[in-house]
Amino acid sequence: MTDPQSAERGGSCLHCGEPVPQGSSGGAQFCCSGCHAAFEMIQGMGLESYYQRRCLDPDQPTMRPDDEDTRFDFQAFADTDELGVTTLHLMVEGLQCAACVWLIETVMRKQPGVQHARINMTTRRLVLKWTADEADAEQLISSVTHLGYRLAPYDPSLISAENQQREKQLLRAMVVAGFAAGNVMMFSVSVWAGKDMGEFTRNSMHWLSALIALPAIAYAARPFFHSAITALKAGRTNMDVPISLAVILASTMSLVETVRMSEHVYFDSAVSLVFFLLIGRYLDSRARGRARAAGENLMGLKARAVTIVLDDGSREVAPPERLKPAMKFLVSAGERIAADGIVLSGESDIDTSLINGESVPVQARTGEKVFAGTLNLSGPIKVEVTQTGEDTLLSEIVRLMEAAEDARAKYVALADRVARLYAPVVHTLAASAFLGWWLIGGLGWQDSLMIAIAVLIITCPCALGLAVPAVQVVAGGRLLQRGILLKTGTALERLASVDVAVFDKTGTLTRGTPQWVNRDALSEDDIHLATSLAIVSKHPLSRALSREIAGVPAAEGVEEVPGSGLKLMTADGEVRLGRRGWCGVDDDGEQAEAELWLARPDVAPVRFAFSDQVRVDAAETVAALKAQGIHVMLLSGDRSAAVEAAAKEAGIEDWHAALKPADKVDRLHKLAAQGKNVMMIGDGLNDAPALAAAHVSLSPSSAADVSQTAADVIFQGDKLAPVLEALHVAKYADKLIKQNFALSFAYNAATIPMALAGFVTPLIAAIAMSTSSLVVISNSLRLGLGKGFTLKRQIEPQSNKPVQPAAHKET
Amino acid sequence: MESLIYLIPIALVLGLLALFAFLWALKSGQYEDMEGAANRILFDDDDTPPKKDEPKKEAKDQD
Repeated sequence: MTDPQSAERGGSCLHCGEPVPQGSSGGAQFCCSGCHAAFEMIQGMGLESYYQRRCLDPDQPTMRPDDEDTRFDFQAFADTDELGVTTLHLMVEGLQCAACVWLIETVMRKQPGVQHARINMTTRRLVLKWTADEADAEQLISSVTHLGYRLAPYDPSLISAENQQREKQLLRAMVVAGFAAGNVMMFSVSVWAGKDMGEFTRNSMHWLSALIALPAIAYAARPFFHSAITALKAGRTNMDVPISLAVILASTMSLVETVRMSEHVYFDSAVSLVFFLLIGRYLDSRARGRARAAGENLMGLKARAVTIVLDDGSREVAPPERLKPAMKFLVSAGERIAADGIVLSGESDIDTSLINGESVPVQARTGEKVFAGTLNLSGPIKVEVTQTGEDTLLSEIVRLMEAAEDARAKYVALADRVARLYAPVVHTLAASAFLGWWLIGGLGWQDSLMIAIAVLIITCPCALGLAVPAVQVVAGGRLLQRGILLKTGTALERLASVDVAVFDKTGTLTRGTPQWVNRDALSEDDIHLATSLAIVSKHPLSRALSREIAGVPAAEGVEEVPGSGLKLMTADGEVRLGRRGWCGVDDDGEQAEAELWLARPDVAPVRFAFSDQVRVDAAETVAALKAQGIHVMLLSGDRSAAVEAAAKEAGIEDWHAALKPADKVDRLHKLAAQGKNVMMIGDGLNDAPALAAAHVSLSPSSAADVSQTAADVIFQGDKLAPVLEALHVAKYADKLIKQNFALSFAYNAATIPMALAGFVTPLIAAIAMSTSSLVVISNSLRLGLGKGFTLKRQIEPQSNKPVQPAAHKET
Repeated sequence: MESLIYLIPIALVLGLLALFAFLWALKSGQYEDMEGAANRILFDDDDTPPKKDEPKKEAKDQD
């Protein structure tokens, strides 16, 4: 397949758009053989127009078919009905744009037996239906995973059905309120405009308004009534208490006034109040729902199945929860270990970076302990479970995490703090207006009550209710487009006040994959020979080597010795590429960095050094954080030398190495005690307690499940720039929210005296209410138009450019 | 003014019709994937003729 001439050209892969490494296994036009196969499959189905339709999104994971071995128990999620039609719900990762949706659906429908395949692009979930006799789940799904997408089954009944239901109910209520508000306003405007209108006509207009408004309020305002009753039962007040009071009082009094055939009724105010507030509620719930759905997808894609070996030697694929102590399970190369245990047979290297931040893989031989969450790199091993659930290293971490989280649960969102102060003020004002006019002002109780209602309506926090959710929806949407996911509602608020940033090293500040670093120190012959062996292996160090070197064909007859390295019999004797001890070099036990040795007969062994490189934009990100006056720290569980090197490269002066999870939490607590608001950015299991303890925390999407659960924000992609983008948006959002509050308070300050004085007519109330809400909404929308972050543009000059393979442009 | 006697009911009925149309659309799941709906109309399967050497597979395309 290798075409040495065009290999020199470089360029991007026709399938995934990544740069083609020299000497790629997929030939000159593809970055790997997986992409090549995917391209041929798409072409074979006559779907190559896909490549013209799509545009690659640089913030999404690449489309390169994955070779990390992920297996799911699809049958457990598939549901077959009496007609023999099987339904399976799947989460899809790797969707770049709508063309991917089209491609997956078309590929699925071309499979025999498939009856229905439809992707919901908003939630990135696929519903697949097929005739059970004609097709098999594994086979159907592999046709799509070979294209570079990742699919994971889920149980739709377990996923936030309740929240979805509530969101739909809010939307329905909002629409009913909107309809009623529009129609009642139609009558109100006629009444206001028709000064010469006869009393009978005006009164029939009021009756019609009542006919529309009362049922609509009874239906649409239920969310507020519910919440107000819950609060009152608990002995508290919240924003919904004055809202409910205003709505109920206004509509009852208006009904009484209608019966009395008086001039002013407030039906329109009551209904539009409900309508505007429901808009705020709906936006709020939608922003949360979106983030939650994306979070569930991330978790779902990580839920894996394990291969259990039963006592009679037969194998069974099952979810990891089924593992019990003393059970045995198989872990193939490239798979994550599901439970703590002891290696029974086999030999391999284990990547423990997610557990302890250690960047060099450790060797695992028979009888050694392995931990849940670590990655098996080179050979298949059989493991006997020693501990599950409560007793694992993982649950130890979770315990630390829960203790740390307690402190953060006390944080109260800005909107709630404002509401706590606001609600009593509103009640007092309305009550004093009523009592004042009735007892001192000498008005009748009905007129006094009307003034009190006007005060309630005017002070009612339409604009206030929209101030926070409107900004959060716009901010959340903007961040989601950049692959940044807000998991908690208050994350933005907390981000805005950050003054210390703490990074973890492995996998956060660095890429978490080794890079070959001593090319200059080696001779071309050595490199050539080593690469011809390394090309065969999937070990990360071998990969790091073969990625760098062009056009070297794989040597014939290379054998992989798990846990040790690669060997090749040549005419001169055995050539070995692997561990220090195995290649005949003294093993002093302490490796400074990851390394491979090349041993040949009669020649001194040669060392290939690797190190975990910091992310491409780490230094710029750190510099930009410092420029914003944020103190940057590095806390790592790795060895001192490795941490120092990474800190130096990223430009961080304040670094600490060899910290245990509890040490990290201690340091964060100390910082918090000094009054600092700490932002923690980490990915490993060992960072999870620290993530939970920090004022606000971020995780890359490659992080361990537990860390993602603990983090407030999850970002995708190979760069650290999302951290800056999140900070930037958070600060902007914070500014806008404060402006919104200022605007709605200014409006209140102007209108409350008028209401207290009894000058407010329904017309003035309607105008004041709508303008203040519109002003707040338009102010919030500025965030969406806001300019992107400058650093981001310097790093990604070519972002969002559609990738079109030149060779396949014919239509 | 007499015109109001039939104009108002007409206005209300039209408004109600729109309301029920929306509630029906919501119930039948048309608001579940706004992003997908916006993009789907751009893909018309008819403009991708199958390759000549490819045997025409009759897939059960529904939409």
